[in-house]
Amino acid sequence: MMEFLARHAIGPAVSGEALVAHDGFSARYDLDRIAGKFSRPTHKLAGQAYAGKILVLDTAKGGVASAWMLREMAARGVVPLALVFNSVNPILVQGAAFAEITMLAGFDGDITAMVPDGAKVQIDPTRGVLRIL
Amino acid sequence: MKLNALERAMRAGELGRAPQIALEHQIKVAEFFGAPDFVEVTQAHVMADTESLGESGVAWLERLAREDRGRARVRVPTITDPRGTDFAKAGLLKQAGWMLELERRAIDAFVRLGVSMTDTCINYQTVQAPTRGESVAFGDTGVVIYANSVCGARSNFEGGPSALAAGLTGRTPRYGFHLDLQRRATLRIKVSFVPKTLNDWGALGGVIGRLAGNYWAVPFVEGLEESRPGSDALKHFGAAMASFGSVAMFQLAGVTPEAAARELQVAHRVGESEVKALQLQYSVDGEIDVVVFSAPQLSLYELRALAELCAGRRFVKPLLAVTSPQVKPDADRFGFTQRIEAAGGHVLAGMCFYQSYAREIAEANGWKRLATNSAKLVNILGGYGYLPVLASMERCVEAAETGKLA
Repeated sequence: MMEFLARHAIGPAVSGEALVAHDGFSARYDLDRIAGKFSRPTHKLAGQAYAGKILVLDTAKGGVASAWMLREMAARGVVPLALVFNSVNPILVQGAAFAEITMLAGFDGDITAMVPDGAKVQIDPTRGVLRIL
Repeated sequence: MKLNALERAMRAGELGRAPQIALEHQIKVAEFFGAPDFVEVTQAHVMADTESLGESGVAWLERLAREDRGRARVRVPTITDPRGTDFAKAGLLKQAGWMLELERRAIDAFVRLGVSMTDTCINYQTVQAPTRGESVAFGDTGVVIYANSVCGARSNFEGGPSALAAGLTGRTPRYGFHLDLQRRATLRIKVSFVPKTLNDWGALGGVIGRLAGNYWAVPFVEGLEESRPGSDALKHFGAAMASFGSVAMFQLAGVTPEAAARELQVAHRVGESEVKALQLQYSVDGEIDVVVFSAPQLSLYELRALAELCAGRRFVKPLLAVTSPQVKPDADRFGFTQRIEAAGGHVLAGMCFYQSYAREIAEANGWKRLATNSAKLVNILGGYGYLPVLASMERCVEAAETGKLA
């Protein structure tokens, strides 16, 4: 069982399937939030559904809207289970805090290269641990 | 995290439930980033268009406004980013009634909380620019990057809930760009291209944003010392950099107050070919459906330039120019609005195009191919199903007249 330690963590413990890409994340720029898919044509996950998945991405991009949008997505039940980043900006942290969504950030090495796409993973924010099952 | 007596009282609920909710939210964010304490802020700027909030966000805002028997108020001047509509022009945009109703509810809740509805993303041009070293809690990435870089003020990207929390508590966690260490340049970029138009400045900002690539990078940019950019140029430069790269601060040698290369070696060289390459990504010859000037809202001087370009023309495609409610009355008084509208264009106020249900209004109006001089806007609208085209203000105006981008 492989474990990775994050320097920053927030939210409840979860486990689920990882959806992985070395690309950015912005709720406003990248997503069709109604359909629950990545919609920006140039995004590496374009066309892929994200609801209930643990997103493993490189970094947070884009504007401040994600701070509201994660909660709105959660209210409709079309939301990632957790967000995992190499580096994160304050907006997504604020958004995760507001929406009570699990988030990890800051690893030794590139987390998008260490977690295989489709892997079953478990996240324990109190210890800052991401575990591949 | 260290709390002073006032913060402990807030946390205990002694100042009411609303500031308590706000402080609890801020403490969660502070703990994620390891902030040692809070820093007092002089003003807050809240991004809260209802496309972002949705029904659940508006309902949350209404509950907050009802806390403390409706007596909860912001402690420091708290203003708003653009709304999701200009009520006077909602019919033109073919926005639905439910969108306007949601906007009205959000506005009512903000007003009850003592928030001033300035509805502007250029508050540093229209309301009050912060000064060097001033700690603020600004939303809208374009506002933050301008405040940090050009004004030398101190702000993180504060999303709507966090900026409102800062308004209610009068403080924000001390992390990121409130710290001296985070404000130092991390990446040195040499530019050998002199931008002439606002779309050039935006495209250059976009290129640098992509190179810098994340929130914690602070690009030091040299080679533009003689270009003498004004406020509108740096507005487009910064807004695009923040949009393409999530960058919150740049340093421009010879221009911005904290610019210092330190011992950094040049990591990237950016010339005309890099800027043109970005512009070519958003280049479609031929017919366009709509022309939009927005993101950021237009200053009085941009509207003046647009009014001059509109003289003697008759548009066959919709042309929308979006400004702030502070600028619009002056544009009316000086005849800019009348000259733009005489050509068939429209001047809208208090909204921003991409924050106004861009996907829905595209479908309602049959808008797909959109011409603009805003690099920020082309970056955003791809995700909303548009084919955006980046061109100068002059070429965009010509496109509105001929229906084609030459």
